Amino acid sequence: MSYPKNYRYTAEHEWVAAPENGRARIGITDYAQHALGDIVFVELPAAGAHLEAGQPLGTVESVKAVSEVFAPVSGTVTAVNTSLSAHPELINQDPHAGAWMVEVQLDDAAPLDKLMDATRYEAFIAEEQTGKA
Amino acid sequence: MPEITPENTPALAATHIQSDEPLLFEISSPGKRAWQLPPLDVPEADLELLLPAGTRDDIAGFPELSEIELVRHYTRLSTWNYAIDQGLYPLGSCTMKYNSRLNEVVARLEGLAEGHPLQPAAVMQGALRLMRRLEAALAEITGMDAVTLQPAAGAQGELTGILIIRACLAARGNPRAKILIPDSAHGTNPATAAIAGYRVENLRSDARGLVELSSLERLMDESVAALMLTNPNTLGLFEEDIHRIAELVHARGGLLYMDGANMNALVGRARPGDFGVDVMHLNLHKTFSTPHGGGGPGAGPVAVKSFLEPFLPVPRIVEGEAGGLRLETDRPASIGRVRAFFGNFGMFVRALAYILANGSDGLKQTTDDAVLNANYIRQQLEDSYALPYATPSLHECVFSDRLQARQGVHTGDIAKRLMDYGFHPYTVSFPLIVPGALMIEPTESESREELDRFIAAMRAIAREAETAPELVQAAPHRTRISRLDEAAAARQPVLRWQPKAQG
Repeated sequence: MSYPKNYRYTAEHEWVAAPENGRARIGITDYAQHALGDIVFVELPAAGAHLEAGQPLGTVESVKAVSEVFAPVSGTVTAVNTSLSAHPELINQDPHAGAWMVEVQLDDAAPLDKLMDATRYEAFIAEEQTGKA
Repeated sequence: MPEITPENTPALAATHIQSDEPLLFEISSPGKRAWQLPPLDVPEADLELLLPAGTRDDIAGFPELSEIELVRHYTRLSTWNYAIDQGLYPLGSCTMKYNSRLNEVVARLEGLAEGHPLQPAAVMQGALRLMRRLEAALAEITGMDAVTLQPAAGAQGELTGILIIRACLAARGNPRAKILIPDSAHGTNPATAAIAGYRVENLRSDARGLVELSSLERLMDESVAALMLTNPNTLGLFEEDIHRIAELVHARGGLLYMDGANMNALVGRARPGDFGVDVMHLNLHKTFSTPHGGGGPGAGPVAVKSFLEPFLPVPRIVEGEAGGLRLETDRPASIGRVRAFFGNFGMFVRALAYILANGSDGLKQTTDDAVLNANYIRQQLEDSYALPYATPSLHECVFSDRLQARQGVHTGDIAKRLMDYGFHPYTVSFPLIVPGALMIEPTESESREELDRFIAAMRAIAREAETAPELVQAAPHRTRISRLDEAAAARQPVLRWQPKAQG
């Protein structure tokens, strides 16, 4: 699966879509869903919650493990993808679009530039795959 | 030794002729009873007066069976189990060692088995003496100063230990805000820290699979209450910088907590108290051979250095007058009680029996044999499976499925195929820092012959992954129930039996 060119990525394998009117969607990458395996449960914040960059925003549970999802940027949650609670498998099927997790009103758009673009992220995961046995 | 092939793979456990066992609800018929009460020999009481309002007279649809039906139901189910008494149980991190029959003989001695925790201390001196003796033995083995036996299992031991740290730091003026935990830790560690009110910060492992010292140096400051460390860690590797780690933590006023889950790699060889640990827990059901999982309750004693003794749970067993023991509850700094009565007493009896039966030389040998067995497996399998860390192993070894994943065969598939060869699977996908982990812990209980059978099975599966990957991907084939849909079971769990609709 390709990584959208206009998204930004973290070393923890979250993505942030290009903001529109200061709002951006957040999700986890194809690499992350692949590593986790079948996702069976998702826990997300409520609309109105304030997210702090680098702090956990929720959890995803797969048949292998429970993992935290970290906020790639700071902002206030304006919408939550409620369909994920009934259909967590969406994250395995369509991680970069249909399985967005939250939409946030960014506190500040500038920190986005510090995240990886698609080219750098693809190089990063290639290194992760060969770095460890 | 004959080669194990898919054709002559032994079937798993024997099964009853019936391929499935109905639920008690489904074999129920009205009016049957599995019990008979003796005639009433006391005045009859009025239930209406004794029970609170709203108590039900009857539970509709409750199963009704005779005693033999009930016995057979559970006996049949028990034959579907896999247990250490049947064969190797290499579930890494869980230390599924043999539980000696001697432990059971001692635990059934009438005076120990029939005691009651509400007896006055004066008539339970033997039980109290036994607990004191076990505390002293555990203190000696760990190099710590004082021990509480109360916690019911490892995770409760962790919580007790972290609450002791919080109480100690609070008494010094500031309980602090964070706990550092390596990325290879057991999942219970961050859960414990969070429940005790701490924020968790992740400590990276380096290329050796050990704590990255530069990362510890950067993160260790005055806001950190403690480092929770497992040593040897979940990769089965000894943290060789442990003295430096302890120094860094102590220099900033933090405490060093050790998760003792892997203490079976150290007993008789190294003492946490000597390498800077302030608090730790032990798992009697791992290291000290008491039953594990469905076989019995756990026990998670906590050992501390003397400066933390005032914070230990109450009651404490202390020396009284005239050589007797008494229970002390008036200890103002104590974190309080963490478990009813004294903890899981039956496990204390078994653990002490194990310690005394082995003696100090025997305990040292169990450690050496556990390490030898793990390294034998590691050496015999390193041509078949990828080894992510070259650092020498102690009591367990962790491979990855990297070589097999090229054929689309993953650690979960290999584990399920192992059941076709008659073995309990190893631990799958843990520790999380190894993608596709196979975590194997043979313990000291296994003979060379049993280890060779396991190694032959693992090598055969590695070959199958090359030549017939679909066979491994669809395993198990020889078990009573074939592969289950784990994702569907987790997404749509059926948690309650419902009677079939009439007609």
